Amino acid sequence: MTASKLIGALFAATILTAPAFAQGYPERQITMVVPFSAGGPTDTVARLVAERMSDDLGQQIVIQNVGGAGGTLGAAQVAKAEADGYTVLLHHIGMATSATLYRNLPYDTLNAFDYVGLVTEVPMVVTARADFEPADFLAFIDYVKANADSLTLANAGIGAASHLCGMLLMQALEAPLVTVPYKGTGPAMTDLLGGQVDIMCDQTTNTTQQIKAGTIKAYAVTTPERLDLFPDLPTAAESGLEAMQFGIWHGIYTPKGTAPEINQRLSESLQKALADDGVAKAMADLGTAPSSAADATPEALKAKLESEIARWKPVIEAAGVYAD
Amino acid sequence: MDLLSNLALGFSVASSLENLLFCLIGVLLGTLIGVLPGIGATATIAMLLPITFQLEPVSSLIMLAGIYYGAQYGGSTTAILINMPGESSSAVTAIDGYQMARQGRAGTALATAALGSFFAGSVATFLVAIFAPPLTAIALKFGAAEYFSLMVMGLVMSVALAHGSVLKALAMVVLGLLLGMVGTDVYTGAPRFTMGMTQFADGLNFVAVAVGVFGIAEILRNLEDEHDRQVMTRNITRLFPTREEFRQMIGPVLRGTGVGSVLGILPGGGAILASFASYTVEKKLSKHPEEFGKGALAGVAGPESANNAGAQTSFIPLLTLGIPANPVMALMIGAMIIQGIVPGPNVVSEQPALFWGIIASMWIGNLMLVVLNLPLIGLWVKLLTVPYYVLFPIIMAMCSIGVYSVNSNPYDLFAVAFFGLLGYVMSKLRCEPAPLLLGFVLGPLLEENLRRAMILSRGDPTTFVTRPISAGLLVLSLAVLVLVFLPQIRKRRDEVFTESDA
Repeated sequence: MTASKLIGALFAATILTAPAFAQGYPERQITMVVPFSAGGPTDTVARLVAERMSDDLGQQIVIQNVGGAGGTLGAAQVAKAEADGYTVLLHHIGMATSATLYRNLPYDTLNAFDYVGLVTEVPMVVTARADFEPADFLAFIDYVKANADSLTLANAGIGAASHLCGMLLMQALEAPLVTVPYKGTGPAMTDLLGGQVDIMCDQTTNTTQQIKAGTIKAYAVTTPERLDLFPDLPTAAESGLEAMQFGIWHGIYTPKGTAPEINQRLSESLQKALADDGVAKAMADLGTAPSSAADATPEALKAKLESEIARWKPVIEAAGVYAD
Repeated sequence: MDLLSNLALGFSVASSLENLLFCLIGVLLGTLIGVLPGIGATATIAMLLPITFQLEPVSSLIMLAGIYYGAQYGGSTTAILINMPGESSSAVTAIDGYQMARQGRAGTALATAALGSFFAGSVATFLVAIFAPPLTAIALKFGAAEYFSLMVMGLVMSVALAHGSVLKALAMVVLGLLLGMVGTDVYTGAPRFTMGMTQFADGLNFVAVAVGVFGIAEILRNLEDEHDRQVMTRNITRLFPTREEFRQMIGPVLRGTGVGSVLGILPGGGAILASFASYTVEKKLSKHPEEFGKGALAGVAGPESANNAGAQTSFIPLLTLGIPANPVMALMIGAMIIQGIVPGPNVVSEQPALFWGIIASMWIGNLMLVVLNLPLIGLWVKLLTVPYYVLFPIIMAMCSIGVYSVNSNPYDLFAVAFFGLLGYVMSKLRCEPAPLLLGFVLGPLLEENLRRAMILSRGDPTTFVTRPISAGLLVLSLAVLVLVFLPQIRKRRDEVFTESDA
């Protein structure tokens, strides 16, 4: 910390009337719980922003991977943690879907957390094996509807992004495909590359390089507008599938009862990290973009979580698939 | 020629002073964590990930790769010295390696493991360099049906791991399969045998089970009487293999390298079969199969070569498809992404310096490992003279830290304690832990692929025999089964005849 910053902080500390425990935050290292294994897409997002946030906060943010049970173990750990701002959670859309997918969660999703802000929303791409017959997405829709019982749809396991997207696709097309679950994206992608399965809908983080190499075929994206990354790919919505608009959004949470000043401080730091060129570049390589400053706020994340829980509840219940 | 210019590029990248240094750091760290029981490459790489952000992409990947194959070397050291395998591959080394150590041949076993690994690593590296793209095409032909048949073959082979009663070995395999069932069903999401604990939703932790049934059980057994241990250290006559032992080593090392290289290419978990498969092959080909399980040199040389060859060739799916074959590879992909390189099929053509640099560094790293490890053998063997009351608490503490660091899950520690007790009871009943471990590893893969193959074939079981690769593997399994049981049937008949004669 430079001398001028130090003086500024001292000055601020004397005039502000914030509760004592929020003053001078952060004073020691912060643990960011990532409820998935190290090296995965969520972990990558977490490490990208944590590094820049550490610079801004002046304290190291340490990533702790607490994998298992679709991210609910890590979320449960943070829900039980002390609400002092030194334990935070970075979780994705699974925070909202697990509220329905798991019928006996050890925490109440809407009442166990406070909010810092949205981090990024990763788009999804509808893909198929390289030699899949239809030439474009409109042909794809007709072909899949006509051949629903002979086509297979891969996903990376219950609750995975590809599983959610697959459910939406089948509902939108009214085509009950044969679903083939895998343990993670790696093996699912291997079988798609080998032509063992026909269709998979997954995040750009996992599909971009394969699409560019021509080893799998891309049909549509699930964003409201076309992506800069694939200007030729139509959105599912413009092809008539209005319901197929979604992305894998990531948010940062704190345990319920954390001082609003702390959440605000973290949110500011998050906004700075997201405005960083390096972060934007790294995210662009993965086919995604940082959330806007307006989205990287506690209010935006709270609204997102509430609306997404409401949105996915009927979809999951209609599919009748639960993770417990 | 393309290959030569590519390799030249690779070596020019890998032999820069900086990259040599990171390669050395990687293999040193790898050896160290491999030797510390319970602490695996996954945890170490996860901890080091933030450091690599500051490095050049090539340097950081060279270092991470070094940790990975360095840990494979180091892992066999604990398996041999204290019967504590940290990974499924070194579980096989523990069978005969530990027996050799008990006979005072720890040095020979360690030297054999190091030399076999070096040879296999060097050969496999060149295989990666020359055949990576065509081999990938073959690997993609492996669908669910093929993997199922491969796993069946692995299970059949597991019976050969046992050196005692075949019935007990089968019982252990089945117990292992059952333990492998614990966790969430991939297809329905239903939790199975978790006793309502979400901490077991992803199944039992492999390291916890392995450390328990092998290591902790061995410690408990040793606490009964300290007599064995003195024999272990008193009988050490020499550290390096004799000329005769070198001669015995050649065949197993060559065959192990072949088996390991082939299995390592399969992204769906072929590499874990490598050391088990090699052990079976050696036991079948040996003129003295009765020595296996009692300190057979071939039982160390073959599997160690196979495991290292498999570790090298498992880089093929990572580098050519961008798909990780195991958690360590997944971490390396994470490291690449943060460096701005998104792994995929184009990495070879878009980043030739990176691709060939890593391959060249693997060869250099293997050379470093053998140079590092041979002189260390004397030191490791001296560790055996450390008194129990010092060594055991250290091992227990290390194991606990290592197991906990994988998922920060305290239930994994309960599992270590439970499986330690189970392993002790098993040793009292003269049941061996290796078949159990193999069943545990293969069970989930077997089930997953069986059910996936059936889903893909719409419930038609003939898919396993109409697909040529799958059918071939099943025929091979049948042949192994006959080979395993034939001598026993013949023996029984002989016994019957002797009795009727009398």
